[in-house]
Parts: sequence; structure tokens; C-alpha cells
Amino acid sequence: MARVVLEGPAIAQALDRMAATLCARATDAPFAVVGIRRGGEIIASRLAARLARQSGTTPPVGSIDITLYRDDGFGPHDWPVVGTSHVDFDPASYTIVLVDDVLYTGRTVRAAIDALLDYGRPKAIRLAVLVDRGLRELPFAADAVGLALATEPGEHVTVELAEAGGAGATGPAAAAGTAADRVIVEPAPRGRRL
Amino acid sequence: MTGVLIRNARLLDPVRHTDELGDVLVVGETIAALGPPATLSAADGVEIIDGGAGRLWVMPGLVDLHVHLREPGEEYKEDIESGSRAAAAGGFTTIVAMANTKPVADNAEVIRYVLERGRSVGLCRVLPVGAVTMGQAGETLAPFGELKAAGAVALSDDGHWLASSRLCRSALEYAQDFCLGLHMHAEDPGLSAGGLMHEGAVSTGLGLRGIPGAAEDVAVARDLILAEATGGRLHICHVSTARSVELIRAAKARGVRVTAEATPHHFTLTDEAVVGFDPNTKMRPPLRGVADRQAVIAGLADGTIDAIATDHAPHSTIEKDAPYEEAANGIIGLQTALPLALALWRAGGLSLLNMVERLTTGPLGVLGMTCPGLARGAPADLAILDPECTFDLTAAALMSKSKNSPFVGWQLKGAVETTLLGGRATYRRHESK
Amino acid sequence: MTRLAGQHLLGMRGLDRDTIYRILDTATGFRDISRRTIKKVPTLRGRVVLTIFYEPSTRTRMSFELAAKRLSADTAAIQVAGSAAQKGETLLDTAQNLDAMQLDAVVIRHGASGAPHFLAERIKARVINAGDGQHEHPTQALLDLYTMREHFGRLEGLEVSIVGDLLHSRVARSNLIGLATVGAKVRVFAPRTLLPPGLAETYGCTVCTTLDEALEGARVLMTLRLQKERMTSGLLPSLREYAREYGINAERLAKIRPDGVLMHPGPVNRGVELSPEVMDGPRSVILAQVENGVAVRMAVLYLILGGGEEAAS
Repeated sequence: MARVVLEGPAIAQALDRMAATLCARATDAPFAVVGIRRGGEIIASRLAARLARQSGTTPPVGSIDITLYRDDGFGPHDWPVVGTSHVDFDPASYTIVLVDDVLYTGRTVRAAIDALLDYGRPKAIRLAVLVDRGLRELPFAADAVGLALATEPGEHVTVELAEAGGAGATGPAAAAGTAADRVIVEPAPRGRRL
Repeated sequence: MTGVLIRNARLLDPVRHTDELGDVLVVGETIAALGPPATLSAADGVEIIDGGAGRLWVMPGLVDLHVHLREPGEEYKEDIESGSRAAAAGGFTTIVAMANTKPVADNAEVIRYVLERGRSVGLCRVLPVGAVTMGQAGETLAPFGELKAAGAVALSDDGHWLASSRLCRSALEYAQDFCLGLHMHAEDPGLSAGGLMHEGAVSTGLGLRGIPGAAEDVAVARDLILAEATGGRLHICHVSTARSVELIRAAKARGVRVTAEATPHHFTLTDEAVVGFDPNTKMRPPLRGVADRQAVIAGLADGTIDAIATDHAPHSTIEKDAPYEEAANGIIGLQTALPLALALWRAGGLSLLNMVERLTTGPLGVLGMTCPGLARGAPADLAILDPECTFDLTAAALMSKSKNSPFVGWQLKGAVETTLLGGRATYRRHESK
Repeated sequence: MTRLAGQHLLGMRGLDRDTIYRILDTATGFRDISRRTIKKVPTLRGRVVLTIFYEPSTRTRMSFELAAKRLSADTAAIQVAGSAAQKGETLLDTAQNLDAMQLDAVVIRHGASGAPHFLAERIKARVINAGDGQHEHPTQALLDLYTMREHFGRLEGLEVSIVGDLLHSRVARSNLIGLATVGAKVRVFAPRTLLPPGLAETYGCTVCTTLDEALEGARVLMTLRLQKERMTSGLLPSLREYAREYGINAERLAKIRPDGVLMHPGPVNRGVELSPEVMDGPRSVILAQVENGVAVRMAVLYLILGGGEEAAS
């Protein structure tokens, strides 16, 4: 039984709060925002826009593809999609906000940090996630969380965003912009998780 | 005196061209009597083989014109005993041992050795072949008279073609004084050099250097012309191309004293079998194309090709377990000849009596000998087989020391039950399990 | 689509169209890594890739080694002095020794067609064919396809002409298989003595009787290496004659389409297959082929070895 735990305006508010949290702990180093592909990219750009409004400077935006940094390879029935990372700035000058949609076991974050460090040595990394669903396997904690959820291992958390063509991507709901955003929890389909 | 009574079996006699149910009584070393089915009786102590109203077939023991026994010199691959054992298991009672041993059979000593060793092993009649040239080097003639006197039944440099036309002419002429035939491996080395398989679309796809059919055709053409010019007796070994068959057919029509043989692998497989790089598909001449295979079958059917001969060529894993290019040429064949010949008959390639002829009267005829057939007083060299018996060929079932056969793993139909050599059983299927 | 995870790569035969495209897509991801400062990813950390070359080759071996190293794998190289009458260990013995060394992948180049297949049947490591006799050279064909697709955006219906010593070329054979699989329009030309039989029926290509016929309308002109040994085996009179009759110079290159490109698997016999001016000219994508080679080989190693525990079993 799928249930919607967050949608539309609530998500926008969550993102506002996350940006505020980050700005409150800002240091001298300016922000750069890097989304973890592919779930974190859209959130990263939305967060970047809010940081720009709240801090007054536009942070550079990048993305990290973690396929080649995973600790578990890919299964015999998978065909991995090796995407491209885009980090077109030198991390050494920035506090990097690493962004993902869902924080779960923590392995994705571990891989993303390793990938990011291959581009340079940032002043600091802050982790911002829209949903923290618990059940960590590695000791990571997010610096800014939109929604903390208690979930079971058998469940699957999906974040649908308007820009990605989620539910209601057409019609008046889409025109209303973020009205189509949803966070859904449902029993897990078969497949691998990260 | 021992004896065997084969009762109520299907008797195939290629000499009288008869195919009928009957009884055969063997006493001592010869066939003592033949009769209608289930009519003969035997004294106590005579072994009775129940032919099951034609379930079992009886034919004269098979004759293989082309066997490499590797003794003397390469006994790790095969020797006269293991080769004879494999032959008996294949229904053969006579095998012709090729001369490319180490040392080469270009002198009386080697010929006598092979003859005597064959007799002492006693599982098959082993007829030695003498070399055409000393060391098979193609330069000077071997002493044909000495070889004949020692017991050679034919001459061959098999493995090599006698490239010198001058020497080939001399050999064809000189051999006539001793009533010996020249068994020729017809392959022009200039055209076949470096080749690994038949030249064609398959060799292109596999990236293996090809041996054009012309390598054999050119050699056969030259040999036929010299045989015609000299009146000598020529026998073409392992015919593999359509053009060779055509040339031999035309030469026979003109009265040239030529005979020919073909191997079971050449009438069963084509170059397609090489896909996958199994070194047990590598031999000379190579497996050819579809049209060539069809022509070989047609040649066997119309008698252009007189004999089925295996070119049994044992090689150990040292020589064969290697990348294709490095593997030695040749496969064994004594135990698969009969089921493959039966398969050809079943597919309509040959009539049944023709098939028996190619394995008995045909090869003996090439040597200038007659097959007595199934007749009273004839030596009891018999092959008794169950043509319907199906079995999977395993390496373990092969009596040869070497297991280099592409048919391992095949399901074959047609098993030898018992082989009698001069009335004595040299192979029994149920004992060999 | 055939998965590569845990498989050998022995040839282009057996790779269907989707598989080929997936390999090329994966290679794109790897090309970017080779262009950034840290040219490495930890993906194959702790894996061991051995290159064993029975035929000399600097560039292919280097390409594979770089590919493995950029994936953080450990590499080792054996260069076996090549000669037909080579004494010493048979390939069978080598295979058994390799197995005992617990390798993950063996990249082999050998002069005998079918040698990688022989090895693959006998060792536990995954075998990648870096060229066997005249049979196949799959990673070369893949990088050639990658280069073509990158330049023209598509492979289906692409007008490709392969010209040169087709008889002895494993690069040509692998490309012919790959191009047929992706639906390209292929024409071939070779001097008569260097033209193997049955090309049209084996690969579905058109065999041209003149060089000009193959040049006209070609979007990709793939030229092949001529080995000097062909002279001694009586197949061609001289290099000079080959260069004059069949070598690609500016005049001949002008006959292909204006947007056409020139490819060669390397190393080029300067002045024989290609004149220096065209080799270094604007239509040549030969150096792109080399760069793409590392990315494609990274993709192949990754797809074969990068799977998790389940893929390895």
C-alpha cells in the first residue's frame, strides 16, 4: 500500500528550511552545490536557487555520477549506465553541499564523497537530503534534512519531482510548478537498492 | 577344435551379392557350413550366437587400407597391439599399416618387424606398406623388390606427395615388376603450404589460412597422367574434392589402372565442423565444402571410389591439445568407420551391399587380393554387428591409445558385437564394457 | 542483449546490436575520466589484469594497460618473444600456470587463430582477445565503431569502405561482423591476391572490383595495414607497386564524400597504405581512434570484471 508522505508545497517549504540551515552554519568559503546523480540533481538545482536568494551569491552547480565508485559492482542481470560527472570548478575554494533525494544506507554518500575528492579537496562538505529514511549501514548523518522518516527495509521510497516529469506532469498541476512533487513510500519492488 | 555357430542372422555377402537370413558355422579357422536360418546345428562346446532373426548382421571382416600404427617409433601415440585392438573393436580383421614410422619402412627389417609383431599380437591381420622413397624424402627410390619379398603389400610415402614428376614416373614403372601399387597422398605442397583448413567462406570467417581444393586436384591430375603413360598401378588416398572424383572417374573410363579411397570423416563432415576451432577437425586433406562431400558420396556410390579407408592417425594430447594452428594433422577412425558408413547408407548415400563392398572387397581389390566372402572353406574372418544398437561414443570406450576423434560425444548407431579372426573372437562387445 | 558481466570477450561474433551500443555508451562515460586531472576511478581496485602478448605490439598493449590502471586494477605484462618455432612453454602449460596465479582477466594476443578460445576453455580468469591470428580483434572493432558513431552520430546505414589486405586482417574481420550487426552499408576492396573467398556471403558486404568503386560515396574509409611479409610469400610484387596502385593519397582521398573520414588501425606504413599528407591531414581520425581505444577498453574491462559478487559467480 503506497502512501504519500510529502507533496507539493510541503516539499518547497522543506527545501527552504534546508537552505536556511545551511546558511546558518556557513563559513567564509562560498557554497557550491553538487547533486548525486540522478536523484539529487534536481533537488541540487532547487537548493542552489534558494541558497542564491538567501546568501546573495549564486553557487556553481555540478553533479556526480557514482556508478564507478560503488562498493558492490553491478549484478549479473544489470547493465550499468556509466554517466558523466560534471564538476567544472575547483573544489578547493568551496564548501560543497552534496545533495541527494533519499539518504538510506549511506553507501551512495560514501561513493559520492570518494568521487568528489577525485576532483579536488574541498574546504568542507555538507550533506543535504530531502528525505532521511534511516537504516544506516555506514555512519553518515546529513547536515540538512527535509523530512526524517521511519521506514522498514522492505519498503521503497520514491521522490517524484515536476522537472523530472513526475505524476501530473501535464495539465494545470504542472503549470502550477511544484504542485506535482511527491514523496511516496511503498513495499519494495524486486531489484537492488543503494 | 573350437567353433562358433551364428544362427538366424542377416548374412551380407559382397562377393555373391547376397543379403539374406541364414546360419554360419565356423569350425576351427574356416567357415564350415552355411545354411538357411535356424537349420544348422553344432556339436557340444560350440559357441552359439543368436542372430535374433536378422537383428544381428554378419559380413566378412572389414579391411582398412590406411592405418597409422605408429610402431616402430611413436609408441606413445599407438602401437601395433593397441591399434589392432581398436581395429578388432571396429569390426576390422585386416589393416594395412602405413610406412611413415620411425624408422621409415624403407627396408626389409621394418617390414618384417611390423608383420611379425602383428602376427604375435594376433588381433588383426596387419599388412605392411613399404615406402616409395628412402626416408620418404622424395629423392631416391626405396628397394621395392626387397620390400615385396619381406611382405609389403603396397608402396606409399603417405604424408607427402611425390613432388618430383621424374621420380614418380620411375616409381610407377619400377613397381610394376613387383606387382605393387603406389598409394599416393595427392597434395601439391606449394599450394597447401601453411594451410590449416579448406579454403572457402568458413576459413575466411575463422581467419585460418586455407588449402584450396586445387592443391589436391593438381596433384591427382599429374598422378593420373603419369599412371596412364606408364601403365602403372596408382591408388589415390583419402580423396576429398569434387574435381578429384571427376578426374578419377574419367581416368577409369579411359582404362587407367587407378583406384581410390575416401575416409568416413570426408563423407560425414564438411569444413563447417571447424567452427569452434576443435583441433580434432584438423587433418590433411582437410574437411572440404558441401559440394565436395556430395561428390565423394557419389563417387562411393558409383564405384569411382573403391574403398572406405579411415586414415587412422593417432596423436596424443601433446600434439592435439593446442591452438588450431599448432595442432598436428589427423584423427583416429577405426572404431567409428562402421557406424558412420551405416549412417551414410541410412541417409540414402549408398546401397547396403555397396557399403559392405567398400569396406571389404573394394579395399582387398585395391591390393590385388580377392575377398573370399561368406563361403564354405573361406577363412572365418567375420564381423558380427547389431546395426540398431545406439550408443554415445566416449573417450573411455576407445581402445586406441590416442583419443583424437571429433566424434567423441556423438550418438552413433551400429555396434560391433563380435569380431572373428580365423574363427577366433578378437573382440566381444559385452566383454569390453 | 548479451551481458558481458563475467564473460569472456573473444570476438565480435556473438555480440548483438544492443550489446554493442551499450558498450559504446559505457565507453563515453570513461572518456571523460581520461580527460580530467585524476584519470582514475577505484572501480576495479584489487583486481589483477595480465596482458600476455605473443606478437609484438606497443600500442594495443599500452592501451589495455592504461585502461586497467585507470580502473585502479593491478596489471602485469608478459611479452613472449614471437617466432613460429618457439621453444619453451606450450600455451597449455602457460594456461595452467596463469590459473595458479589467481588472475581476474587475461588479455591475450597470439598468432594462432583460436588461441584465446583455447585459453578460455582452460582457465578461470576471463579472457579478452587482443588479436588472434587472422581471426578477430574485437576491441579494435569496438573502438572503430565508437569513432564512427561519434563522428556521424549513427551507425545504421553508414557507408563504410574497408580497403587493403583483407586476407590477413583480423581487424577487418571483426569490423565486418560488427558493422553488419549494426546495419552499416559496407563495401570492401583488396588486391586480388589479398581478397579472401566468400566475403559477401560471410559478412553481407559488397565486394568491389576497383578501388575507385569502393572510394566513391564512402563516409568512412577504413584502410588496413599491409605487412611486408606479403612480398616474400609471392602475393604482391613490391611495396612500391602497392603504394602506387592501392595506396591512399590526397587524390584518392578526395573521391570519398566531402564529409568522409579516414581510419587506420595502426601502425601505419607511411607512404605505403597512406601517404603522409593524408595521414596527418584533416580527414584523418586515426589519433581519435587511439584515444577512444583506451575508453573502449576501460568499458570492456569494467563490464566484464566490474560486477559484484553475484556477477563473478
